[in-house]
Amino acid sequence: MSRLLALLQRETALAWGRGGGPLVAVGFYAGVATLLPLAIGPEPQRLAAIATGAAWVALALASLLSLDRLFERDFEDGALDLLTLSPVPLELTCFIKCLGQWLATGAPLAVAAPVAAIGLGASLDLAPLIFACALLGGLAFAFMGGIGAALSLGARRGGLLTAVIVLPLFVPPVIFGGGALDSFANGLPWRGGFALLAAYAAMAVALGPVAMAAACRNALS
Amino acid sequence: MTWAPAFLSNPERFMAFSRWAAPMFGVIAVALGAIGLYLGFTAPEDYQQGQTVRIMFIHVPAAQLSMFAYACLGVASFLSLIFRHALADAAAQAAAPLGAAFTFLALITGALWGRPMWGTWWVWDGRLTSVLVLFLLYIAYIALRASMDDEAKAARAGAILALVGVINLPIIHYSVEWWNSLHQGSSLFAKGGPAMPAVFLVPLLLMSLAYMSAFGSLWLVRIRGEVWRRRAEAAALRMAGT
Amino acid sequence: MHGNTKLSKRLDDRVITHLSIRDTAIRRGGRLLFDGVCLELAAGEACALTGANGSGKTSLLRAVAGLVNLDGGEIGFGAVDPADARAEGLHLVGHADGLKSARTAREELAFWGQWCGGGAIAAAADALELTSLLDLEVRRLSAGQRRRLALARMLAAPRALWLLDEPLSPLDARWRTRLSELMQQHLDGGGMILAAVHDPLPVATRSLELST
Repeated sequence: MSRLLALLQRETALAWGRGGGPLVAVGFYAGVATLLPLAIGPEPQRLAAIATGAAWVALALASLLSLDRLFERDFEDGALDLLTLSPVPLELTCFIKCLGQWLATGAPLAVAAPVAAIGLGASLDLAPLIFACALLGGLAFAFMGGIGAALSLGARRGGLLTAVIVLPLFVPPVIFGGGALDSFANGLPWRGGFALLAAYAAMAVALGPVAMAAACRNALS
Repeated sequence: MTWAPAFLSNPERFMAFSRWAAPMFGVIAVALGAIGLYLGFTAPEDYQQGQTVRIMFIHVPAAQLSMFAYACLGVASFLSLIFRHALADAAAQAAAPLGAAFTFLALITGALWGRPMWGTWWVWDGRLTSVLVLFLLYIAYIALRASMDDEAKAARAGAILALVGVINLPIIHYSVEWWNSLHQGSSLFAKGGPAMPAVFLVPLLLMSLAYMSAFGSLWLVRIRGEVWRRRAEAAALRMAGT
Repeated sequence: MHGNTKLSKRLDDRVITHLSIRDTAIRRGGRLLFDGVCLELAAGEACALTGANGSGKTSLLRAVAGLVNLDGGEIGFGAVDPADARAEGLHLVGHADGLKSARTAREELAFWGQWCGGGAIAAAADALELTSLLDLEVRRLSAGQRRRLALARMLAAPRALWLLDEPLSPLDARWRTRLSELMQQHLDGGGMILAAVHDPLPVATRSLELST
């Protein structure tokens, strides 16, 4: 147990510093949220209609940012070798790594998400749900994204490849989260979409580490 | 069907089998396709869709194949991952571009059909979108394999991705359906038998079989090509004296 | 010296006292690296693994660590299950040291010590004269100091089998001697060493040359 805590601490610390950490992710997120009204036009009605959706998509993109370094650094500098030489199963190690990624970038982004959405014109009532969806969605993004990051180890063009692998897998969480937010904004039942998002996040957390560990073993061999 | 992988796992037996099976499937595909197209183009106009209903004979089988090819990719990947079988990997590698091509065909013909039917080239409806995501999954698989230098690692990474895709496909499909559906329901497998007159059903089934045979033939040819390529590379390595 | 009593005490209840590499072959990218390689190593023995660049020294070390799959033969650890041996019985120090440049030496040593199931951090740092450097970030360390930190990490958690990939290369003459002493202490305590080297390894009791 102390091993796992130590690893979580290390991963969170590294993710916090990795490529600028949450600052870069949140900065990127703010940048995308700023570009959108510039491209779409400043009319409040038009912006308000897309506010939650835009904030949600920007979140999916921002969570891609530091993902490609999740395993790559440890792979290149040999730390991944040493992490496997332990009684801790590699699946659990991968789980902790993604958890650290989520704590260091997913959580700050979840705080930024309601701000961005409201800045784009979403109603203030939406803020708690956006935050909750961003937290859960971030979990799904981190664990599904981790699969892409582990699979592109040892590949040329790692970073871009991770995005190409991961974006199709982001479809269900983007749909479920966006659906819940849209329903809530229109006064429709939103719990269904939220529950589906939670279910998908749970599946990602359960299955992701298995695929990541298999991909890491393959890359190391 | 369980005998098939066991029987074909021997490369010599596979090469002997595919040597005649590939052209045979090709001939069947051309014959069925010719009859199917003839019947399809001589069928009466649909009272709602007019002439454009004929696009169905090209579009629907392509859409079926797009899913079928991914299932083949998934099974081959599973076998290659579990049994570390080189031939299963060659089969997975050969299936992906074919599946991508059929998916692309389904998307293009769908757009061509959508234009007269819905008045737009593309609608963000459930089925169209999930086929588009399927296409992206094929692209991801091909891109992943292409960007790895070590073939053994590329094979295993590709297989893992294909299986992740297999698990995700139903979820993606369901999520997109949930998201939006204005596509007409499946009329081939509707409850209480096909909801389609025989003049359309017969050519459609013929075309489905023709596409299936064409896929079988092309798949076998591509696997054979892959086997030959690997043998040539191994021979080149041997001749280089390493 | 300081870490040594603890090390040998811990080694007594380690069951891994034997490494046997039988008839192994490894193939990389379709190319055969080596074939029919055999080695038996008992407690207290050190083997110098030699061979030209590309002969597969690193691959063999990684295969013993279970990171690379064998294309023939087998690797055993006496009565110990290979999975257990790899989880708790061996250390690998490769070219890439796995140290993160933005973290302090103390953080890295503490984490890896804990990860490998040990905690003799102060003694390990002392043995490699790192105590005054512990609060520096790893990126401020020289190549030799980094290597010493990697070696201290190994001492912090006593494990019977050391797999070392060119352990002497970034070290100066004084530290080469010092490392040899540490290795000798490890062997005297019942440990085993398999080291890939280009220069002679003073503590080696046997040697294995890889050639195709």
